[in-house]
Amino acid sequence: MIRTLFLIIMLGLPGVANAVEPDEMLSDPNLEARAREISKELRCVVCQNQDIDSSNAGVARDLRLLVRERLVAGDSDTEVIDFVRARYGDFVLFKPPFKPQTYALWIAPFALPAAAFLIGGILLWRARRRPSVEALSEEEEALVAKVLARHGRGGGK
Amino acid sequence: MKRLIAVVPLAFAVVLGAFFVWGLNPERDPSEIPSVLISQAAPEFDLPSVPGVDVPGLGRADLTDNPGPVVVNVFASWCVPCKAEHAVLTRFVERDGLRLFGINYKDEPEDAATWLSDLGNPYERIGSDLSGRAGIEWGISGVPETFIVGRDGTVLYRYVGPIVGEDAVKKFTTALAQAGALDRELGS
Repeated sequence: MIRTLFLIIMLGLPGVANAVEPDEMLSDPNLEARAREISKELRCVVCQNQDIDSSNAGVARDLRLLVRERLVAGDSDTEVIDFVRARYGDFVLFKPPFKPQTYALWIAPFALPAAAFLIGGILLWRARRRPSVEALSEEEEALVAKVLARHGRGGGK
Repeated sequence: MKRLIAVVPLAFAVVLGAFFVWGLNPERDPSEIPSVLISQAAPEFDLPSVPGVDVPGLGRADLTDNPGPVVVNVFASWCVPCKAEHAVLTRFVERDGLRLFGINYKDEPEDAATWLSDLGNPYERIGSDLSGRAGIEWGISGVPETFIVGRDGTVLYRYVGPIVGEDAVKKFTTALAQAGALDRELGS
């Protein structure tokens, strides 16, 4: 019984581990939900692998408040993200935008295997098309016959 | 064709090697955040003065139409490295005639006033950023951070962290000289 209870509590803990303080939340559940979604896409600039939604850093809190402030002011989700982006750059986005500087990032994972399959395929196809044992030409046949005749068939000593 | 194929592994190794040289360079800091402000106009902000400190507040308007480049330093009395940096900045102001503005970031005004009266006040103007909102406008991730702003209000340079220690001071001095913010020539 106590074990089950322990397990339930432990499994429930990650859900409680939340940086958003009650005083930050908006009274409008709709806006608050949008704010949470936006916050999950923005990187905390202090603890860089956390989104601002789950970070306890001071700047993250300020940014959460800022996101909510912009939402209340009537900004769309994209406008809010662009607002933060204008100040902190693409770095704060967990999903980097698709633009010339990030082409390699977005395309390489698809382009590299594609190239590997293409090159590998061509090599295999060419290897298969070319018969590995070619028939002897007439001259070669004659030469072989001559050699065999001289040394005796069946490999004499 | 055969010869070309023979060169492929070498070329591959060279490309990979170059990548490693870049990636494993101990000087490179992968967590460094590139500033979007560089070569852009300083952000819009307007901060009141710190109560108890006898210098005026700081706003966007104070960063334009200056005779030369100015330095904006984000500091706080609760920030320990700022104390070490304070001595460096004071020396720049006293020795090199640097014009220094301050943003007092999320600080209790009384603490800031005490801090400045204890250590001395090298700042020409100090804006009190209680909410940290101006800090966001400047895109800072912590204190201290220091910006060099050109005569026309364009941000020329950003230094993250305290300007303390030989390397940091050298780097910053070079940036100041390039911006033309120093009275004297470099190297004295």
